[in-house]
Amino acid sequence: MCANSAWAGDVRIPARPFLAAGDILERVESGFDRWFGARANPLRHLGALGFYLFWIIVASGAYLYILFDTSVSGAYPSVQSITFDQPWLGGLIRSIHRYASDAFALVIVVHTVCEFVHGRYGGFRWFTWISGVPLVWLALTSGVVGYWLVWDALAQFSAVATMEWLDALGVFGVSLARNFLTPDSIDDRLFSLFVFLHIGLPLLLLLGMWIHVKRLSQPDTQPARALAWGTLAALVALSIAVPATSAAPADLTRVAAILALDWFYLAPHALMYETSETTLWLIAAGGTLLLALCPLLSHAPRAMTARVDAGNCNGCRRCFADCPYGAISMQPHPDGRIGAELAVVSPELCAGCGICAGACPSSTPFRSVRELVTGIDMLQLPVAVLRARLRDELEQLTAAARIVVFGCVHGADVEALRSVDTGVVLLLCAGQLPPAFVEYALRHGADGVVVAACPEDGCAYRLGARWTRERLLGEREPHLRARAARSAVRMVYCGRRDLRALQQALNGLRAQVPAAKRGNGGVHV
Amino acid sequence: MSRRLFALIAQALLYGAFAAVIGWFSSNPPYRHLGEGEALLKLSFSHPGQLRSECRRRSAEELQRLAPNMRQEMDCPRERSPVTVKLDLDGGTLAQAVVAPAGLSRDGPSTYYARFPIPAGEHRLAVRINDSVRAPGFNHVREETVRLVPGRILVVDFDPARGGIQFR
Repeated sequence: MCANSAWAGDVRIPARPFLAAGDILERVESGFDRWFGARANPLRHLGALGFYLFWIIVASGAYLYILFDTSVSGAYPSVQSITFDQPWLGGLIRSIHRYASDAFALVIVVHTVCEFVHGRYGGFRWFTWISGVPLVWLALTSGVVGYWLVWDALAQFSAVATMEWLDALGVFGVSLARNFLTPDSIDDRLFSLFVFLHIGLPLLLLLGMWIHVKRLSQPDTQPARALAWGTLAALVALSIAVPATSAAPADLTRVAAILALDWFYLAPHALMYETSETTLWLIAAGGTLLLALCPLLSHAPRAMTARVDAGNCNGCRRCFADCPYGAISMQPHPDGRIGAELAVVSPELCAGCGICAGACPSSTPFRSVRELVTGIDMLQLPVAVLRARLRDELEQLTAAARIVVFGCVHGADVEALRSVDTGVVLLLCAGQLPPAFVEYALRHGADGVVVAACPEDGCAYRLGARWTRERLLGEREPHLRARAARSAVRMVYCGRRDLRALQQALNGLRAQVPAAKRGNGGVHV
Repeated sequence: MSRRLFALIAQALLYGAFAAVIGWFSSNPPYRHLGEGEALLKLSFSHPGQLRSECRRRSAEELQRLAPNMRQEMDCPRERSPVTVKLDLDGGTLAQAVVAPAGLSRDGPSTYYARFPIPAGEHRLAVRINDSVRAPGFNHVREETVRLVPGRILVVDFDPARGGIQFR
């Protein structure tokens, strides 16, 4: 593990815990962006994909439940009937239920790995990470119990293996595995228990998923239409090509020597039989503990949180609407004006991204006050400092064509672009940029402005890049005024190692500077 | 080839790869749970051992020392004997255990569960159980030749109410 936390002025360049893995992942994500588009890139919306798969599982499971017989003798035949008597309805739905569950497990694993590699497990994200750990268990147990309902040889294997594993804990007083000792050991009540578990555990999972995204404002729980249809099409195609079927009926007097194991859910059974019950417990407990302790790996100092200036806050609610982490609430203004509100920051929820400062209508550099103080601001990089930096950068540009790059500190290394015709202003997040700064730069000598954000839908603070884009396009307040020479503005989404798109934007601006000075056009995003 | 078409082909390939991964690991590779030509022997019981000691009559002095509502004439200890089990297969010991009774007062059943993959075919099984510390040696014994086909589960259980040691 390697951290390369550094400071550029008073803007801390964030630590990158896993340099090589992070670079590889970013390249893969960028490659997927090219093919799927950011909105439909599955790697950028794994959480939403997880929610989507969950609802597919619920919907398909509801149909299967209607036709399922919860008895020892009826369970297997009812599943066979669903599969073979109505292959284009029940059979297809059963297969979709099965494969969506497998995809759900895969998405959870990939989501966890990606978030870890991106370093999104500590600091203000600790709650979201920790609340995700039980979801792994709930998803796994929900899936495993689902296999038991079929009551075939695989179900028998899984149920017995699970009971043997639980018995190894030695806390139940009796042997749970004895419930599956002989054919007369089981009865219909057991299947009622199975169904109860297979409905109850997913309900708990849903509750856990809701808690998991509770601290996020506008959580990404619905994939883009293209991603949703693509995923569903893949599942349907797979279900038609390889329909899910049952093994031989369960028979407690016999054991299947070779099993077509679903490795997404039943791999722990194989691991247990290849090692021991104790080993599996150690791996499970150790893995859970390691996941739960991940937030402690984050050594980054806590970012300074946003601060509200009551005298400059008019209670417009824009910061409240734009904060990606719900860290801002509105309370009655202390000045006593009827109906007036004041933004209040919850320090424990604040990520220190500065998106609120970018949303504040008071964050305009055109204000002719002696000291530029805005309604809500970041102590580590106040709007006043941002304006001073911008002025400095503009003064230092000596070339005929002068371009200013506003760059997110989590994105590309924009400092590398600094030259005689290019000035650089670093931001905590692209969303920290009040659009008025773009107009200010253009009216104070800049011939072009580039706003460099994290990759689209890959913003380090979730919504910063999107809000900036909408503000520059005039779709969100505060917006870039129409009088600004919008054709001289470029917004570029780029990863840490991706300077090519930025260079292209710069070259494009350099080439069109005279035209840009003449008229208005659309912002290029 | 247009950029859009290339992206669509790439998407189709990636969705296909996604489906292929799901489809493959959903049932492959096959897992061999039991060796070729093997059967499974399960030795399991849940049996409360006999009381560790017999009831005895309390003396008058002992009764006097007890609270009036506790003056039961007979003193019957609840603690049960551990159950000792020994399983021999073809003359060799396959399992041997002393299983303590459950419960804080050691008054619950002794529960045991173990599984042994064994080669299919004919075997001589000898099961010996002692469920009383007051009985010397093994007070329950069953010896039998069994013939197991591959994949067969033979359960060795113990339930005195159903005839003692059972091969099921």
